[in-house]
Amino acid sequence: MARAPQGVKSPFMHELSIVSSVVESVTESLAAYPRARVVEVRLRVGALASVVVDSLEFCWGIAAEGTALEGSKLVVNMLPVVMHCAPCDADVELDGVQSFRCPRCGEPSMDLRQGREMDIDSIEIEEASENSEVKA
Amino acid sequence: MTTRIVELRRGILKKNDELAALLRQRYAAGGVLVLNLVSSPGTGKTAFLERTLRDLKAGGARVAALVGDLETDNDARRLAASGAPVRQINTHGICHLDADMIDRHLTGWDGVELGDLDYLFIENVGNLVCPSSYDLGEAIRVALLSVTEGEDKPLKYPTLFNSADAAVITKMDIAEPCGFDRELALKNINEIRPGIRIFETSAKTGAGMDEWLAYLAEQQAARERS
Repeated sequence: MARAPQGVKSPFMHELSIVSSVVESVTESLAAYPRARVVEVRLRVGALASVVVDSLEFCWGIAAEGTALEGSKLVVNMLPVVMHCAPCDADVELDGVQSFRCPRCGEPSMDLRQGREMDIDSIEIEEASENSEVKA
Repeated sequence: MTTRIVELRRGILKKNDELAALLRQRYAAGGVLVLNLVSSPGTGKTAFLERTLRDLKAGGARVAALVGDLETDNDARRLAASGAPVRQINTHGICHLDADMIDRHLTGWDGVELGDLDYLFIENVGNLVCPSSYDLGEAIRVALLSVTEGEDKPLKYPTLFNSADAAVITKMDIAEPCGFDRELALKNINEIRPGIRIFETSAKTGAGMDEWLAYLAEQQAARERS
């Protein structure tokens, strides 16, 4: 679990502990790709996950330093909240997270279909080809 | 060099979520209703919990509490005055409790077995942001808000209020001098979490505690039936 490095103030604590979990998880997956260099790590984050993208990016460099992910880029794809509206019988997208009412009919709903995600979607890796390894 | 995309598609907090699922099974096997109390620092979680532990014990219920703070065991000592077993978790800088911390503090807790409890309360670190992401395996997440904090707190921290199962308004005894707009607070909570049960309480006067205790008993009975 992440601790705040000296000088990193508490507003970033949440994001730092999240990106540290990402680094840990991706590092485990890299065991299957011993010759890989990570170029990019892509996340899917719901609007209700209450993380700040700028802070995630800021913390990424700190968390990745000294790991196989050092120098990689973090890409965060934000997902809006989608709720199911029973009267409309439809999944509807919300503009923000200030009201959980159907934008079409105004009915409140807690049947959320998207918006709480905090997922590692994929990574982009560069691998040295078999040939270049033989030459080396 | 070849470049390729590797799909991982997994939760960032997968480890926490898996451990929380195991904790949930342990709580269920022990027949204990577990509640996770979350609020800002200074809302009065500890005073509310002190009163809850005391009142539940007086009614014959078997209760215990885990309490999270960055530092000090002040809250554990306060809560222990109720006579309930209480254990302090110091996170040393971490802004929330996670499932691993709960797991480690449930092990080797002298004299406390989950099977001997009716209710286990977890008082989270005072913080309205981070605790909302970490499942502790609880049956009920309680978001607390005091009358001194401003009625728009649920709108400012929607993630927490939206993920809560019950909301508790504390310090109702000083609502009037604080100019607390009750209707507005209830409306805002409902806007973020439609239909949520809301309790208006005062740990000092005991107002609202009967309704809260009745809710706890209902939830424990519902757990037994499930």
